[in-house]
Amino acid sequence: MPDLLSVRNLKIEATSYPPGEPPKTVTLVEGVNFDVQKGKVLGLIGESGAGKSTIGLTALAYGRGGVRITGGEVKLNGEDLLKLGPNGIRKVRGAKVCYVAQSAAAAFNPAHRLGEQVIEASLKHGIMSRAEAEKRALYLFKVLGLPSPETFGQRYPHQVSGGQLQRAMTAMALCPNPELIVFDEPTTALDVTTQIDVLAAIKHAIEETHTAALYITHDLAVVAQITDDILVLRHGKMIEYGSVKQIIEAPTQDYTRALVNVRGTRRDEAPDQTDTLLKVDNITAGYSNGFKVLQNVSLHLPKGQTLAVVGESGSGKSTLARVITGLLPPQEGTISFDGKALPKALKGRSNDELRRIQMIYQMADTAMNPRQTVRDIVGRPLTFYYGLRGREKTERVKELLEQIEMGGRFADRYPAELSGGQKQRVAIARALAAKPELILCDEPTSALDPLVAEGILKLLLKLQEETQVSYMFITHDIAIVRAIADSVAVMHRGRLVRFGPKSKVLSPPFDDYTDLLLKSVPEMEIGWLERVLTTRRMASAGN
Amino acid sequence: MTGGGPAHGPELTATAAAGDSPQSAGVAGSVASTGAPISEGTPSFWAKLSKSSPLVALILQRLALSVALLFAVSLMIFGGVEALPGDFATTYLGQSATPQAIENIRKDLGLDQPATTRYVKWLGGALQGDFGKSWASKNSVSEQIGKRLGNSLFLAFFAAIISVPLAVGLGMLAVQFRNRLPDKIINVVSLAAISLPEFFVGYLLILFFAVQLGVATFPATVYDSMTIGQRLSAIALPTATLVLVVLAHMMRMTRAAILNVMSSAYVETAELKGLSGLRIIAKHAAPNALAPVINVIALNLAYLVVGVVVVEVVFVYPGMGQYMVDAVTVRDMPVVQACGLIFAAFYIFLNMFADILAIIANPRLRHPR
Repeated sequence: MPDLLSVRNLKIEATSYPPGEPPKTVTLVEGVNFDVQKGKVLGLIGESGAGKSTIGLTALAYGRGGVRITGGEVKLNGEDLLKLGPNGIRKVRGAKVCYVAQSAAAAFNPAHRLGEQVIEASLKHGIMSRAEAEKRALYLFKVLGLPSPETFGQRYPHQVSGGQLQRAMTAMALCPNPELIVFDEPTTALDVTTQIDVLAAIKHAIEETHTAALYITHDLAVVAQITDDILVLRHGKMIEYGSVKQIIEAPTQDYTRALVNVRGTRRDEAPDQTDTLLKVDNITAGYSNGFKVLQNVSLHLPKGQTLAVVGESGSGKSTLARVITGLLPPQEGTISFDGKALPKALKGRSNDELRRIQMIYQMADTAMNPRQTVRDIVGRPLTFYYGLRGREKTERVKELLEQIEMGGRFADRYPAELSGGQKQRVAIARALAAKPELILCDEPTSALDPLVAEGILKLLLKLQEETQVSYMFITHDIAIVRAIADSVAVMHRGRLVRFGPKSKVLSPPFDDYTDLLLKSVPEMEIGWLERVLTTRRMASAGN
Repeated sequence: MTGGGPAHGPELTATAAAGDSPQSAGVAGSVASTGAPISEGTPSFWAKLSKSSPLVALILQRLALSVALLFAVSLMIFGGVEALPGDFATTYLGQSATPQAIENIRKDLGLDQPATTRYVKWLGGALQGDFGKSWASKNSVSEQIGKRLGNSLFLAFFAAIISVPLAVGLGMLAVQFRNRLPDKIINVVSLAAISLPEFFVGYLLILFFAVQLGVATFPATVYDSMTIGQRLSAIALPTATLVLVVLAHMMRMTRAAILNVMSSAYVETAELKGLSGLRIIAKHAAPNALAPVINVIALNLAYLVVGVVVVEVVFVYPGMGQYMVDAVTVRDMPVVQACGLIFAAFYIFLNMFADILAIIANPRLRHPR
């Protein structure tokens, strides 16, 4: 069968402008070859910076920002897209090749109705008449399982949910009947429970319309459900290229093996002891407009253990952390720490009470002053809580940096000079500097690549063994819960639906929500998606 | 004690900024917070209205704010004029000012009454469109202003219908050819126009078109007896001057606002749909750049009405500006107050319209969830 898309010797460069130095050319992608046949799906997988989005966009001969495709060929049906020129390529984009962006919320124009945007490309390229395009849009809305498909197109982007927008974006890409669609992490920004629906919808729509696709993701478990072949990328180079079965079941490269086994970390829970560090009793909290974010939440955390708080976005996990830190005083209920009641508001707490609870954030980037060096960032709590100065402080900073496996040579760097994982490590060092008894971790690994995230988790476990610190770990990822938790709290719409030791919470009998949550987590197994969908259908048929 | 000290302080603010959902929360927040001060008296009604149709609630609120602002301005104008040194009687009588004569005139004009009484009387009259009588000419201020205001609006109107479409069009063109020759030419010319003071631009135009080429009329005085054609030919040069002065500002703002939107993800989406450059700008970028553009247009329209004083003087055009300047020199306070209030009203209401249009342009408010 002739190849629909054939990429050979791809080379992509960009110009970077480091401050105080002359501009230099950076090679982002080099020597990449792959083919996509009609109706087949190829997965591009790798960590951030691997060049997967950049490669995906070459199928539309598009370079984001200052990115330039400087070498190789990208042939669509035998025609080199790189030689087409601006007018020629415009006839390909949106007609033969379409693109689905990671954040549909940002990629839809807020000023126009969804329907208009979905059919726009079909009309402008003269592929269909308005009536035909509208009919096709309606058909696609139905295939993708959007609510009230007849009127869905009348809505504006802000009027529908994130998962629906992502499906609408898929409809927009499918509408002109393209030969190839580039999906750029279409489910990464979604909750697991939403992700599975969108994933199923995309898979169904691709099969229904016989469209070929490039599917970009960093999640091997996701890509295993939807693609025929997989191309593993790292630092802009090909690591491994093969069928899904071969990559998942018999990877030949170390890097691929690491990716396949990344969710392997598991830990048995420690027994629940009576020595309670944190006790949250019947907390109700919300904002002044009367909206209650948390309702009657009660849980506790023993000394030296880890409590994982799971739930999808909007379930109140982060708000719970804000209540515990005192940032958001609760309307009802009490919090006690080490046997003593904590003042509700931040202002009422003593320095020592503040010291004993520290926090780590999802975005280490925004949680650090970009104009302070690592030494200042980590040293500040040392001065503030312990009055350390001069040599003493320098020594302690060095010690802390050793503890997070980075070393003293990082002390003079600025946050911008660190990688994502290193930034998160510095944030951990800053929390440790206060010698806290409890660290609230608010999704500290969800913005990181899987392998880097695993490194952070291992570090946190090591530190817990060394210092007996307790963690309250907020996450939406069940795999992380399995890896680090002793006890688990499942939250849904501001209420606690399940709380107890890990082994109990994660084993049947389940309540409906926990069941849905657990079944939505993609597993590294071919055919997982079909299996889950079949069980679901049977369950709904049974009802 | 701010927050919880350094280890807590910076981290915690960072979450607040990063954690909140971006746009929807912003809009909802502004609705809630701006609705609050008015809603205190009748909470249930306002709360209901701003929930069911935030658009109507916001517009009503802007209207009320504008009226309140205008009232405050009337106080300031009256107070300011009161505080001016010198008085009409002394200026009017000149050499022949005797204490008795001054006393008589002051009584005549009602200046012997306390300021509050005069203010209430003046405001009451102004609300009914009666600004009293000019001290100098003894004619009705409203009547004279009516004619002058008509002239000023005539000039401003033509300047506006030429400059606004031209500015927006040039702005889009500059975006399409950004950082290339057409953009640079548009930028340099508009920068030059904005840098030259309007009287200088006016005199340059007079020198070229009226004196050397002889194709335009000067002075631009208009009379009641003129036909519409004669009027248009008379105002050609002042209109051109005004267009040049306000064009650059609006053009550059349009360019900046659209460029700002051009880097957003939905413009990339449009590009990846294979749309043409101008369609992307007009259909996908411009509607999202409306709010700042509307605002700068309104400011410039207000400037056209209010700020034409210099241009009217240069071209000897009988508009409001010239009328006010004349009145100030002879301390003809009723005229000064009336002009001030009318200018302020134009300014406030044009800005209010800009605000309301910008609110209407926001689909989140037009189509609540």
